[in-house]
Amino acid sequence: MRNKFADAIYEIAKTDDRICAIVADISPAGSMVNFREDFPERFVNCGVAEQAMIGIAAGMALNGMRPFCYTIATFSLFRPFEMVRDDLCYQNLPVTVIGMGAGVIYSTLGGTHHTMEDVAVASAIPNMTVLAPCDPNEMWTATEWCATQSHGPVYMRLGKAGEPDLTSAALDPFAIGKIRCLKKGSDIAILSYGITVAMAAEISETLEKQGQSVSLYSCHTIKPLDRDGIASVLAEHKHVVVIEEHVPHGGLGSRVKEIAFDTRTSARLDCYSLKDEFIHCYGSHQELLAEHGLSPSAILTSINS
Amino acid sequence: MYRKRILDISQKVTALHAAAAFSAMEMVDCVYHALMRQDGAAEDKDRFIMSKGHGCLVQYVILEDLGILTEEDIALYCKPEGRLGCHPDYGVPGIEASTGSLGHGMALATGMAYAEKYIHRKTGKVFAVLSDGEFQEGSTWEAMMMAANLKTDNLIALLDHNGFQSFGRTSETHPAFYPIREKVEAFGWEAVEVNGHDAEAVFKAITERKGGKPFMLIGNTIKGRGVSYMENVPVWHYRSPTPEEYRQAIDELAEVSS
Repeated sequence: MRNKFADAIYEIAKTDDRICAIVADISPAGSMVNFREDFPERFVNCGVAEQAMIGIAAGMALNGMRPFCYTIATFSLFRPFEMVRDDLCYQNLPVTVIGMGAGVIYSTLGGTHHTMEDVAVASAIPNMTVLAPCDPNEMWTATEWCATQSHGPVYMRLGKAGEPDLTSAALDPFAIGKIRCLKKGSDIAILSYGITVAMAAEISETLEKQGQSVSLYSCHTIKPLDRDGIASVLAEHKHVVVIEEHVPHGGLGSRVKEIAFDTRTSARLDCYSLKDEFIHCYGSHQELLAEHGLSPSAILTSINS
Repeated sequence: MYRKRILDISQKVTALHAAAAFSAMEMVDCVYHALMRQDGAAEDKDRFIMSKGHGCLVQYVILEDLGILTEEDIALYCKPEGRLGCHPDYGVPGIEASTGSLGHGMALATGMAYAEKYIHRKTGKVFAVLSDGEFQEGSTWEAMMMAANLKTDNLIALLDHNGFQSFGRTSETHPAFYPIREKVEAFGWEAVEVNGHDAEAVFKAITERKGGKPFMLIGNTIKGRGVSYMENVPVWHYRSPTPEEYRQAIDELAEVSS
């Protein structure tokens, strides 16, 4: 997804001279090198200075530009939080903050490089749109939207590399603010966003082999959340499952619970997330997720219980 | 004239940062009336950021004088039906950026100046007035380093060095804050130190800068300048004078040459 994002912003920048890439010393990957070479004036490396990255991007937006701020999620959102809040959100500027490798993707780098609470933090700020596309195709469309929208700031949570195609056979097109049905069933619905949609897809296939009819949704727009769409999912299924690589509070699961309460749903609702803990564990991405309780086998056991 | 206008406003609100506005008065006045191009074609437009947002009353009364804000705007200062608060808000006429939280203006000004010169290829300058307090923010120095890296020589920062913050004199509370000019120069800036209440000296220093680097005017100022009981007394960072204090201040202003 990281390389594909670079391809996307490079292609968009060819036809829109407002697009800028403002980075904080992240090594240029793929087309980001081409962006830097072909549009040197629109590529600014702020060095290891993320507060400056956000503030400078805001100043450029105040002067007509459409900057994308790009670095590892914890450094693009947490370190310069007050700049994101005041410079971008309070002034409602069209700047996209890319949170690269969010969740526990940097699985051997320890808790300082994990971004387990970014959706809650970004969603809490007025004017902020929060996106988490699930695969490279969805990311491309979301990036195009970010480049052309006039609503205000966006936080876009991305994976890192190797995400499979999950959306080429989607039943719904990508539409900001709408959940996207990837597969329609009638018994169980699984809601997820970002790269855990791949895990959700794997779980759905196992459930189908067990004889269940399963719906699968990419909830790529966490804010504004598609309340009506989620209310319909709750009404149409007897069992709804939320899977997210995020702490239990302030993400999709807690929002779906709100909607379930408001709509007096009769569906069974199970939410699977990261633990509300710093776990001090090192290994592969899958191993860290499993340590947090997010593995297909653990979730399937729970769903079938 | 502007100090009197601010004192008039002070009689309607309990808090207005008058002392912080008075220390920056001549520098902001000089920028607006002698240095900024405001009425030219778009490519000639200069911009102003009151990075020390708490001193914005000086900006408000000058914008009123220029006809950009109205008398009614000033009358409704800090009132629910008005649009002016104790810190400048982007979207209000004449306000280029929202400030108030210290340490934001330098990066905002750097981004504006960079886009102006290297992307739009225009000649506009960006003026930013900073407090010495926000010179303690790391974000200010991050942005200063980047401004020099980006060669934004169309960025002109004015430091309102009144030497006071909440706990007293900065030279006593934070002696390593000094020297200032050498630090600024070490970050790749051109810097000149003048009396910040001497508008001619401010004008001369800025118009005679060498260029090629971002420029910092270090204006040595007196917090509360123009009213004896406000000068260098920390409580006047925030509070408004009583009616009796107001009358004394008006009398004293008549004697100040600024």
